[in-house]
Amino acid sequence: MSQTTLTQQDHLVTAPNSLEGLVSDWSTDQEVFKKVQWGKAMMWIFLLSDTFIFSCFLTSYMTVRASTTVPWPNPSEVFALTLFGQNVPLILIAIMTFVLISSSGTMAMAVNFGYRRNRKMTAALMYATALLGLMFVSMQAFEWTKLISEGARPWANPWGAPQFGATFFMITGFHGLHVTIGVIYLTIIATRVLNGVYDRNGKYEVVEIAGLYWHFVDLVWVFIFAFFYLW
Amino acid sequence: MDHATNISQAPAPQAANARDDAGQQHPLGIYFKIWGLLFFLSLMSYLVDYLGFQGLLRWSLILTFMFMKAGLIVSVFMHMMWERLALMYAILLPPLCLIVLVGLMSLESDYTHWTRVIFFEAATEVQPVEH
Repeated sequence: MSQTTLTQQDHLVTAPNSLEGLVSDWSTDQEVFKKVQWGKAMMWIFLLSDTFIFSCFLTSYMTVRASTTVPWPNPSEVFALTLFGQNVPLILIAIMTFVLISSSGTMAMAVNFGYRRNRKMTAALMYATALLGLMFVSMQAFEWTKLISEGARPWANPWGAPQFGATFFMITGFHGLHVTIGVIYLTIIATRVLNGVYDRNGKYEVVEIAGLYWHFVDLVWVFIFAFFYLW
Repeated sequence: MDHATNISQAPAPQAANARDDAGQQHPLGIYFKIWGLLFFLSLMSYLVDYLGFQGLLRWSLILTFMFMKAGLIVSVFMHMMWERLALMYAILLPPLCLIVLVGLMSLESDYTHWTRVIFFEAATEVQPVEH
């Protein structure tokens, strides 16, 4: 340990402007987020940058919706489904919301069982989370198909302001992409949990890091649900 | 040195339990409670639409339920309330500058809206009179 510190010191002194010096400057034994695994800190920083991306989408949605003089389509009617002969407003979106919240719940439990070193329960709960995520994406695919068949396009739609289509496809599409990536990510980590990879190397925080990503996807949906579907 | 001791402890399961951070071990009950609460809040926000509330009541309720849900997810499910203050501030403070963006964009959209109302709608209204 003391030896590596010595060599790092050497780089600092002898060649601070070389590539080695640059690497050494960035990798010396310093940390801001003490007792936080680097993977977790990096995931949080990635999620922070993603927050800004989604915020840009939602802010531009606010801007086009507030500036148009054509009436905005009523999401309550656009996303209504006819169930058992009755027109239920926004029902598909409500079901999607509950599915995503349930997946967040199973994910939180998976993290908990991970830290209890319960390999099988962790993997099972993560697979359940991925399955719920898959359900969400499928329902979103259904929603897109329905809207497109009714004539919604990014540049026009039969219900009102043309900007509706552009923001709808952009925002829900980007969120759906996140869910899809999350499903793949969770499936990979769950399989590694089941194979005992983290029992061997003791790094069960990998499950928590995957969980952070998944909860973030749910968090973004909370804002999309409020601003796009309910407003 | 501090970092190095963390790494050397990580592979040992018993040692990991002893560390105050890595555990993030909380009784399962809290997750069930938050889960139930999130279901309830989602149901309430859906009811806002179902019962057809409008105006100030509608958007104040939507925002209230939204921020409550977001807070519960970040603080409990993402364990932020148990993290160190350094991480908490690094992640939660930067998004506050979005308030500036939203403020600027709402001014801008107001301006665009009134420009459209004054010039475009006036033009379409004038035309029938001339013909």
